[in-house]
Formats: sequence, C-alpha cells, structure tokens
Amino acid sequence: MIVETEGLTKRYGSQVVLTGLDLKVAEGSVLALLGPNGAGKTTTIRILSTLTRPDGGTARVCGFDVVREAGAVRGAISLTGQYAAVDEEQTGRENLVMIARLRGLTRPASRSRATALLERFDLADAAGRRVRTYSGGMRRRLDLAMSLVTPPRLLFLDEPTTGLDPVSRTTMWDAIGDLVRDGVTIFLTTQYLEEADRLADRILVLHNGGVVADGTADALKNSVGGTRLDLTFASVEDARRAEAAVGGVADGPVLSLPSDGSAAHLHRVLDDLRGARAGVLRVSTHRPTLDDVFTSLTAVAA
Amino acid sequence: MTASVTMIGRSIRLSRRNLDVVIMAIVLPVLMMLLFVYVFGGAISAVESYVNYVVPGILVLCTGYGATSTAMSVADDMKKGVVDRFRSMPISSFSVLTGHVAASVARNALATFAVVLVALLMGFRPSASPGAWLLAMGLLLLYVLALSWLAAGFGVIAGSVESASLLGFFMLFIPYLSSAFVPVATMPSFLRAVSEHQPITPVIETVRALLTDRPVTSGWLALAWSGGLLVVAFGWATWLFGRISRR
Repeated sequence: MIVETEGLTKRYGSQVVLTGLDLKVAEGSVLALLGPNGAGKTTTIRILSTLTRPDGGTARVCGFDVVREAGAVRGAISLTGQYAAVDEEQTGRENLVMIARLRGLTRPASRSRATALLERFDLADAAGRRVRTYSGGMRRRLDLAMSLVTPPRLLFLDEPTTGLDPVSRTTMWDAIGDLVRDGVTIFLTTQYLEEADRLADRILVLHNGGVVADGTADALKNSVGGTRLDLTFASVEDARRAEAAVGGVADGPVLSLPSDGSAAHLHRVLDDLRGARAGVLRVSTHRPTLDDVFTSLTAVAA
Repeated sequence: MTASVTMIGRSIRLSRRNLDVVIMAIVLPVLMMLLFVYVFGGAISAVESYVNYVVPGILVLCTGYGATSTAMSVADDMKKGVVDRFRSMPISSFSVLTGHVAASVARNALATFAVVLVALLMGFRPSASPGAWLLAMGLLLLYVLALSWLAAGFGVIAGSVESASLLGFFMLFIPYLSSAFVPVATMPSFLRAVSEHQPITPVIETVRALLTDRPVTSGWLALAWSGGLLVVAFGWATWLFGRISRR
C-alpha cells in the first residue's frame, strides 16, 4: 500500500473537517478523491503531503509516517497544489532549474532536465518569459512539470483543472493521462465526476469528512440508476396521466424516469404513452452528474 | 547547503526584478541623511560636525528599513502556493527564509555603500583605520542579520504584506529614541533611560566611535545585543516556519 490511513481526524476550531478517514491505495493505481468544496479533500492531501498535521489517527505514505518521518515522505512524493505553486516573477525555465537544484541535481543536469520538461509540456516557446505572463493552462502545465523534475513514487494533484477553460482542461487531462500510462501512482482530488471518470481507476466520494462511496466510475454511476429520461408534455395533466401509465416522477409538465439508455427502452416508453394518449413534446436523456451521485449518496448516508 | 544557495539565488533574482524595493532601500536613507544634515543639522549644535555624528545613525536606520522589506517579501511568499511546494520537498525549513535574509543583507550593503558615498560628498570625514572600518562594517552586518531574521519571523506570522509593513513603522521610529540623531544627554531623563538601554544605542555608538577613531566604550554590549538578537531571532523565525505545518 502506497497510502494507508487509519482514523484520520482533523478539525479547525469548532469545524470538523475529517471524521476518521480510512484509506488504502495500491502502488501503480490512480485514485480520485471526489467531493464538493469543504468535503475535506484538500485537508486530506495536505496531511498526506506533510503540510498539515492530523489531530488524530495515523497516515503512512510510501511506507513512512507523515508526522514522524515527514522528511522521508517528502523525498518520495511531489505535490501540485490547487493554486499553481510557481514563482510569478521567475521565468518558466528558472522555476524548473530552481526545483531541480533543490532536488539535488547538478547545475548542468538541472538545465537539461528543464529543457526536456519544457519541451514535453509544450512550454518551450515561453521558457524565457516570466510566469506572470502565462495563461492559467500554461501555469498548471508548468506546475505539473515542476512536480516531475525527479520522478516521484507518488504524485498528489489537488484539483488539477479547477478554474481552467475547457480547452486547457483537455490539454491538462492529456498530460496527466500520459503519466498514468507511464505508470506513475497518482492521488488526485476533484469536484468533477467527468475528471475522475477520465483519469482514475478508483473513485472515493468524500462527504462531511468521511468516505461515502468507493468504486469505479461506472459502478458509481450505476449506483444512482444509470441514464435518466426526461419527457416534456403539453400540459401538467398529460404528465400525470403518463406517470400513471409508465411510472417515474412527474414534476410539472416534465416526467423523469430511469432508463438503461437504449433505443428499445425509449420505443417501449413512447408506445405505452401513445396508449395513454399523453402527447410528448420533447425527449432528453441525462447521464448522472456528480450532483446526482452526490444527492443519492448523501441521502443514503444521512 | 545547495538548497540554501539555491534559495538565496532565487531571492536575489526576485529582488532584482522588484527594483522599486531596491531603489527605495537606497534612496530613503540618503534622503533621510540629507534631511538631517541640511534641514535639522544647523539647529543641532550639541556636536561639532553633525554629518560625522549622524552617518552611523543613518546606517542603522537603513538596516531597520531593509529588515521591513524582508518581512514584506516573506509575507508575500507565505500567501502563495510556492511555499507549499517548498515545504513538501525534502529541504531544510530555514533555507526559504535564508534566501530572503540574504537578499535583505545584499540590499542593505548597497544602501550602506550609497549612504557612505553621498556622506563623503557632503563632508563626512571618517578618520578610521581600515581595521576599524572592517570592524564597523562587521558589526553592522551582524546587526542587519539579526534584524532581518527578526523581520523574517514577523513575515511568517504577519498574514498579509500590509500587516508585515507595519513592522516598518516601529523599525523607522525606534532609532529616534536612541543616540542616532542627537546625543542622548540632550533628552529628558525618562527618555534618556529608554534611549541609553535599547540595543540600537550601543550599536550606533560603537560604529560611530570606530569610524571617528574615538575610544570604543560599548563594543561588547553592542556585540552581545546583536549576537543575542540574531540567535533568538533565527530560532524564533525557523521555529515559526516549521510550526505552520501543524495547522
């Protein structure tokens, strides 16, 4: 186990952030900690990366205790935080060389490592510019590059794409995807199910400081019923008649019902509705969102 | 060791790119000196040559100003993500602060050089031997180091650049309650008690005595104050920097 925690607790004043978190992460896997703001994601990462001390419980990262052997943990991990951890007034290259020197590389080795990383993260053209002039996406890529100056055994990514535009987000996902293929063990946090879905092979849903679900993306989605059909009718009465005929839940002129997303199921529903003489105006399908997963999980947990 | 050297390189580079801080660190003490010598100096008749009297005071005043900029640059760093990165890396906890302190000492050296240069043009006539110069500069260096580590500690707990800059108010004010600008003997007795026993006075008196080739009377006291302050401030600042991880 590359990460192993037992009964991790943390509070800030009267606010309880973690309520006995138990985690086990295998080496070589990509784990996503999914949850809304305030769920305790960042606190978990800060404890595991030795930036914050837990109030109670134990945490071992790469075999070392995060409190008593913080130095050894730091030597084995890299952290890319929520806010790009880069020096605004240094150039991209200077930032990378600085980290390489701090990681103990010689001056020439630092320079060539910086060049290779700038190339790999598509920053070669901006290498000599101060980071202040970089776009949000470029900063995140530089931030990620700085975490890979020496290959970490475990890479922490705290909300790696929060605040990025869709194009930069996709670029960032591709970059992280490359790391996954290289076999880097990654522990990431996110508030987007799509991100967890795309990058992670295991998702933990964090709520009120504890884990409420643990599984693959598909398992999580299926746990809230797969696809949902929304049928819009001409009137509220039509929707009620349809509810009586095919089930589901009517809300005003809209009837929502679970589906497996197949054309056959849709045909069947429409046939049944013709029999009930309810005129459907529009049909739309919805894959579950984090909101859906979340609402259902927290409803169960509560 | 490499970590500290790398962090010093970083802080000096950042300092070079924030030239207004460097310029202010040089211009302010020079302006203060002009002000004291040409505006107040004529009315201050308790000493023979006011410019000879006031230069050591100005040099100590500018150490306080330089220290404030350290507090501000540390506070600025603390609120950025980059400090989290440093703290999650296997480097000694004082190397980040060492960088800031070294940059502060470098700025101060520039300021000291500028003040002495302008003072010479204004008629400052030190009669010190090269050895005495070295001793004077050495004491100032020790004092700057102590103040800079103290300021680094303030920077860690300040929470914002604005609160860190409050330190500057005290650093610029305290020298007035010393023998920096007027002899302590001219002050009312209650103030004299404060002025004679605060750490700045022995430092100024020692630098003054060394530069004007007069007998040094408070040298050990100045050394003890500066050295003691350095040890305490270094310990305090690094302890604070390490302690933020407990939150």
